[in-house]
Amino acid sequence: MSLMEKHAIFEKNSIVLLLGIVIMIAIGGLVEVVPLFYLKSTIEKVEGMRPYTPLELAGRNIYIREGCYNCHSQMIRPMRDEIERYGHFSLAAESMYDHPFQWGSKRNGPDLARVGNKYSDKWHVEHMINPRAVVPDSIMPGYPFLAKTELDTRHLADVVKTNALVGVPYTEDQIANVAVDVAAQKNPDDKNVDAFLKRYPKSVARDFSGQPGKLTELDAVVAYLQVLGTLVDFSLYDDKANLR
Amino acid sequence: MAQQELDHLSGQTTTGHEWDGLKELNTPLPKWWLYVFYACIVWSIGYYFVYPSWPLISGYTSGIVGAQMRSGALADYDNGVKARLANAAGLAEAPLEKIKSTPAYLEFAMANGKAAFGDNCAPCHGSGATGGPGFPNLQDDDWLWGGKLADIYQTLRFGIRSGHKDARDSQMPAFGKDAVLKKEEIAQVADFVVSLSDPAAKGAGVDAGKKLFADNCAACHGDDGKGNQEFGAPNLTDKIWLYGAGKDKIIAQVTEPKHGVMPAWEGRLDPITIKSLAVYVHSLGGGK
Repeated sequence: MSLMEKHAIFEKNSIVLLLGIVIMIAIGGLVEVVPLFYLKSTIEKVEGMRPYTPLELAGRNIYIREGCYNCHSQMIRPMRDEIERYGHFSLAAESMYDHPFQWGSKRNGPDLARVGNKYSDKWHVEHMINPRAVVPDSIMPGYPFLAKTELDTRHLADVVKTNALVGVPYTEDQIANVAVDVAAQKNPDDKNVDAFLKRYPKSVARDFSGQPGKLTELDAVVAYLQVLGTLVDFSLYDDKANLR
Repeated sequence: MAQQELDHLSGQTTTGHEWDGLKELNTPLPKWWLYVFYACIVWSIGYYFVYPSWPLISGYTSGIVGAQMRSGALADYDNGVKARLANAAGLAEAPLEKIKSTPAYLEFAMANGKAAFGDNCAPCHGSGATGGPGFPNLQDDDWLWGGKLADIYQTLRFGIRSGHKDARDSQMPAFGKDAVLKKEEIAQVADFVVSLSDPAAKGAGVDAGKKLFADNCAACHGDDGKGNQEFGAPNLTDKIWLYGAGKDKIIAQVTEPKHGVMPAWEGRLDPITIKSLAVYVHSLGGGK
């Protein structure tokens, strides 16, 4: 019974009990969380992932600002029905440049992890302005103001720098050309398009919102949606090597 | 340990704690509860060996059964596809015409195509495939890029202006924006184009428009305005208008044309589903 006697210290001193609880929970947390930081198998080896272009990043910020994650997840779970509907299950590598990730946990609307290139820009534009115009049963609210609001690019360079600070591999060249790259991605005739495409391979420069010469928040959101889930080249991806 | 006090009413010892004359009984846990608790501890040790559990330096303990969500899901998916194909074995290799003429294949393709259409195509073309402004109706027999099985199949695989290297692609010149034609000339062409499908409409510019049409538009839309599916140039003699009917809409399209985009589905949908969709869309009423 001597062990029980010692336990009385915890029962009689609330601060000691508190410390004991903190230590126990810390052990549990460390065992679960810490290995994820050093295990090589946490993030799969994939071909094609690149950091978001500044315009896509701006769209991502608007996605977060408008709370899209409240109704849309970006996480295709490894289950048959999800693979059938949305495509290959999401990989950790696909959200490794997301700070914070947008996996979400609620699906009032469909999962958006692979919505990129699934619909045309025109569809996204019409759908954002009035979802019922293209999907009669939709319960999504309209976001017509996005098409009228000019994109605020003043702080975009800082956003890119902040992402670089937390580990997204933006190069010096990319950080120095944020404003140039935003303009180039919106206008396929821009003189800097080639340099932009070199800095961000597998991206496209086009007028996403169909409003030539007018860079709006809608451009950013559509550019962001159109890149979701399109970067990893699954023809080069080894499913067997990354099973877990 | 201090001497234990026995409570005479219940026959249990007390803990020795006392509050205002109330004493706490030291009643032991129910036996059944205690044994279930011990069984759980034993079970958890078994679990460590059977299922993935402990993180290690460069991996984790994978367990005897090697359970994995990822391989399980992929196997489930493959089995599902196989089970569905049980009555339609060989469909993956069968040419489109054979799918259309073989009842078992056709039944599979129609069911599979309908389901895939609802998820992937209906957002633009509508759940009834009747389209909308800017998104073609697939129920009629007016095709921009061809309505034969092979044409539909190609459009589905590579898309239209999708960015895919084999995509169907064409651009109508911006006759107004790029100042190829003057404003009056565009109005005259529009008068003529209206008259193609509505001979009763006699706009002021029909005659002048006819010559302008022959010089500027006929190369793609044909001398008779019946279009050319090689370039996705629409037939202008029917009353089906993708971007709206009437002179104003025609002027808008000639001045600064809109160009539809259809995504490429190869790589996104599996080959069997794309074939099923081709057969399904072909069967909707307009297939040639």
